[in-house]
Amino acid sequence: MNAVSGTGSPGEVVVAPRARRKLLRRLDAKLSPYLFISPFFLVFGVFGLFPLGYTAYISLTDRNLLAPVSHFIGLHNYALLIHDSYFWRAVENTFGIWFLSTVPQLLLALVIAHVLNTKLRARTFFRMAILLPQVTSLVAVALIFTQLFAHDYGFINYALGSVGIHHVYWEAGRLSSWFALSVMVMWRWTGFNALIYLAAMQAIPEELYEAAAVDGARRFRQFIHVTVPMLRPTILFTVIIATIGGLQLFTEAYLFQSRTSGGTGGSNRQYQTIVMYLYEKFLGSTQFKFGYAAAIAWCLVLFIALFGIVNYFFVSRIRSAEG
Amino acid sequence: MVAHSEAVPRRRRRSQRAVARRFDSAGPGTYLFLIVVVAVSLFPLYWSLVVASHSNSAVYAYPPKLLPGANLFHNIRRLFNSELVSVDFAKALVNSAIVSSVVTVAVVFFSALAGFAFAKLDFRGRKVLFLLVLATLLVPVQLGLIPLYIEMIHFGWLNSIKAVIAPNLITAFGVFLMRQYIAGGVPNELIAAARVDGCNSWRVFWHVILPVVRPMAAVLGLLTFMNTWNDFLWPFIVLNARNPTVQVAVSDIATVAYTPDYSLILTACFISILPLLLVFLVLGRQIVGGIMQGAVKG
Repeated sequence: MNAVSGTGSPGEVVVAPRARRKLLRRLDAKLSPYLFISPFFLVFGVFGLFPLGYTAYISLTDRNLLAPVSHFIGLHNYALLIHDSYFWRAVENTFGIWFLSTVPQLLLALVIAHVLNTKLRARTFFRMAILLPQVTSLVAVALIFTQLFAHDYGFINYALGSVGIHHVYWEAGRLSSWFALSVMVMWRWTGFNALIYLAAMQAIPEELYEAAAVDGARRFRQFIHVTVPMLRPTILFTVIIATIGGLQLFTEAYLFQSRTSGGTGGSNRQYQTIVMYLYEKFLGSTQFKFGYAAAIAWCLVLFIALFGIVNYFFVSRIRSAEG
Repeated sequence: MVAHSEAVPRRRRRSQRAVARRFDSAGPGTYLFLIVVVAVSLFPLYWSLVVASHSNSAVYAYPPKLLPGANLFHNIRRLFNSELVSVDFAKALVNSAIVSSVVTVAVVFFSALAGFAFAKLDFRGRKVLFLLVLATLLVPVQLGLIPLYIEMIHFGWLNSIKAVIAPNLITAFGVFLMRQYIAGGVPNELIAAARVDGCNSWRVFWHVILPVVRPMAAVLGLLTFMNTWNDFLWPFIVLNARNPTVQVAVSDIATVAYTPDYSLILTACFISILPLLLVFLVLGRQIVGGIMQGAVKG
């Protein structure tokens, strides 16, 4: 504007900057978007994608931190893994703990969300209080509960004792240790899931409840026939999140033993999880079998992918049955 | 049409009844149930305070002591005395503060930048690239930790907090959250007006987008800070007890001794939770809102 009004011959003076500005603007429009999204792809490429692919390669070698050279050994690590009873025990433990923690957790979260979805006093207080465990670190959860579940002086055995139940040696048994670890997972995640369900419940259109009420459905039947079906996508979402997290369980179980011995998960490996076994082969014991640990990592990816596929078919089955 | 207009008042009346039914005022049973839930949620944290405020011998008393004792400050002094404890706990707190702050600022900034590009800028491959970002959410990145560890050896970052910061500088979750927020929350006219004023994309981002996304930035920032502060497996792998984050330090205190000193261990737990607890007390309402908003949109 100034340039135009300030000079007598606008043609020469203005055109050049305008052309440059036009060029800059085109460059901006073309390049800026890529520039803006590049940090994500850079970070993910260097620290996410490349390591994951490289894991696949390492799993085909006998790479060891202590050995100067590594050799390509094909699928040998995987062949060993299939016959490794410790590995399968870890798989059983992981799925057992996952099942024991996920199913009651999500059911309880549904009930809590349903109860919170009423006219309540101190609503914000209740919501914040049930979310508080999420703020607590996994390390703190593991250590606090390890103390609570301690054999002789733990609060839980004391409470059981006061109602006449004999002390349980939580850490020593297989099922009892799974149970203790499940309680830790449940304690940290139930409130979070309840809030997710609550949010989804509040998005359910009123008309559906009207219709159900017209049909004479009482509160409980409204819950079963309106709320739960409408929450199905949300429930599936929480199941997926719980599963991806559950299959990677490490911290709680690793710190549950009274004294770590490289992450064996108890004297009989009664609660060693897959990631703990990976860690044992990787850095935990003094074996440093990187190739073998990488094979375990890829099996875990496979489990998670398999679960994703099963879930996908499950969902599309339900959809087609409905449609 | 006529029938429809007739039906409206009746439906409204009915819907009021349905609302009344759906949002029953909670009875005493409901409150009792919720109070039990809240008690269970709070008890372990209370318990860590109880144990942290007694001497270690009191921890082995039977029946267990249920009320806080007078030893909390003594235990805290023990915790920060590096001659008694295996780790430098003050250093661990500083390290965690640095790591969490840097990661939080970076995640919020880069996520907003990428979210802006995906929501409001036009470029080739936008849809495919955004799908790619979402796909990475499903990849368990943690499982690349063996080569990542080797990478860190090559970079010379082992036992340095750089190794904990760098891989976390941006998250797919953050990009997704910001894209959704900017797509719905920033009117195109606002951006067009800035363009007319001669703003390039960067200045649009700086002067228009950043001020608008502040509420979502706060939520994303809080969640990122908490997750980073609480992260354990990766810091545990690349850091050692001489230069730890808080979580690594706490786990080291808990596992290094042959017989566990629970009053010291739970003091460490309590101190490690305290900063987040204070943040939560002040900003918990926003965090709850953010999680519930994210749930509906996702």
